[in-house]
Amino acid sequence: MRAVITVIGKDTVGILAKVTGVCAADNVNVMDVTQTIMQDLFAMTMLADISRLQGGFGAFSDKLKALGADLNLQIHVMHEDIFNSMHKV
Amino acid sequence: MLNNSDILETIKMIQEENLDIRTITMGISLLDCIDPDIDKACAKVYDKIAKTAENHVKAGEELEKRYGIPIINKRISVTPVAMISAASKGNPVQFALALDKAAKSTGVNFVGGYSALVHKGFSAGDLELIKSIPDALSQTERVCSSVNIGSTHAGINMDAVKLMGEIILETSEKTAAGRDSSNKIHCFGAAKIVVFCNAVEDNPFMAGAFHGTGEPDAVINVGVSGPGVVRAAVAKMQNATIDEIAEQIKRTAFKITRMGQLVGAEAAKMLGIPFGIVDLSLAPTPAVGDSVAYILEEMGLEKCGAYGTTAALALLNDAVKKGGVMASSHVGGLSGAFIPVSEDAGMIRAVLDGALTLEKLEAMTAVCSVGLDMVVVPGDTPADVISAIIADEAAIGMVNSKTTAVRIIPAIGRREGEVLDFGGLFGSGPVMAVNKFSPNKFISRGGRIPAPLQSLKN
Repeated sequence: MRAVITVIGKDTVGILAKVTGVCAADNVNVMDVTQTIMQDLFAMTMLADISRLQGGFGAFSDKLKALGADLNLQIHVMHEDIFNSMHKV
Repeated sequence: MLNNSDILETIKMIQEENLDIRTITMGISLLDCIDPDIDKACAKVYDKIAKTAENHVKAGEELEKRYGIPIINKRISVTPVAMISAASKGNPVQFALALDKAAKSTGVNFVGGYSALVHKGFSAGDLELIKSIPDALSQTERVCSSVNIGSTHAGINMDAVKLMGEIILETSEKTAAGRDSSNKIHCFGAAKIVVFCNAVEDNPFMAGAFHGTGEPDAVINVGVSGPGVVRAAVAKMQNATIDEIAEQIKRTAFKITRMGQLVGAEAAKMLGIPFGIVDLSLAPTPAVGDSVAYILEEMGLEKCGAYGTTAALALLNDAVKKGGVMASSHVGGLSGAFIPVSEDAGMIRAVLDGALTLEKLEAMTAVCSVGLDMVVVPGDTPADVISAIIADEAAIGMVNSKTTAVRIIPAIGRREGEVLDFGGLFGSGPVMAVNKFSPNKFISRGGRIPAPLQSLKN
């Protein structure tokens, strides 16, 4: 089972470290990261393995959302199935 | 591997363009709750719903988290209650109270199925149930009612048409003051009644949802939404031809429907209940941007209601179906673009600006799903005029072999030009002008309009 984590917002120091910190704490393995910075806007998508996730998907998603609120970023965690079903025939 | 731009597109659809799952509706059969003792029957109805839908809301909330997609409503539809109440003597309102209690205990916001199917005539229990609708809807909060008064195969039951005009008016009068002082939804009872021609058995959308007799014991049906996404897609195509616009709408509808299919199938798996259908409807909300009228305006109409509106809507409706059908294993329900006036910011604007009239809306219903929906008329509109509006709409459905419906709200104490505000997803409706000439004699004749010819179509 894999999830897509997206982070969008103003670039600051340590975004990647803080997000991966939350992942590591819940036993989520980050498999792939793409990030771009357009002017000041930071956009990152991460593919993460959640099959050994501790504490449930909802709780993990809430933690990242709370981190996003702290850092003034939009962080979304979504199961990869939604992207596969919407964008692949 | 997932593509970054696909990921960002999905997130943009959800965050900025109001993409959501409008409803996950659990259909529950009540046929095994029939009992000659009305108290026992009502207890069985409550127990069956409470048990079957115990985890319905919880499953919806879990899916919302997992996929990051808002699921706005979790609802229940049941077997038309007239079929259950027919066996029990006594006041059918008791069933409405049992349904309301079950809705509250399971946490769903509406339960549909306080219904009767009378397209050819009234059987035992039908008349009692229809006559009890005003009491049932004024004494409950979450119960929705629908009556099927016509079909392509049976014609139109004009006795039922006459009766429904009176029932709608009476329901509006009984709920005119609003439920209580803190929650003033004036005349809201009438917004919970749908009068159908060619009603479908697997519709997940309220207020017209009921669980047909051909359905399994329990089933999960999903209604998707997404006018905002289609509008955003069309808005990018300033110099495109109509063919290109149709193609783009198909592609967008495909994506929206795939999401509905995924969520519906997962919900069914979690609840251990078979997955029924995805309803491919474009259901607007009062949120700016989430409007079907604005899609039509993006296509190049100055205002929804201008000449060209019917053609643009026909194109939209057809393209949504073509895109959606391939995306889902089973399509059903009403499937098409909805045009509920009070729930669509663009429709409200068009009425206020004088661009959209009741007559144009009626023409639009000939090419879209589903009918005259959330239309507010003056409070002094006579019952026979409401009946005649129902008859006209039913005739469109009957002749064109499609579902049509009327959800009309006589705004008690209000006149043309004033506004009736429901709040929330139901929005606010400007009181629309109604033709003043009387259909009284036609409506009071009674009888049945014969079923139309299915050949020699012209």
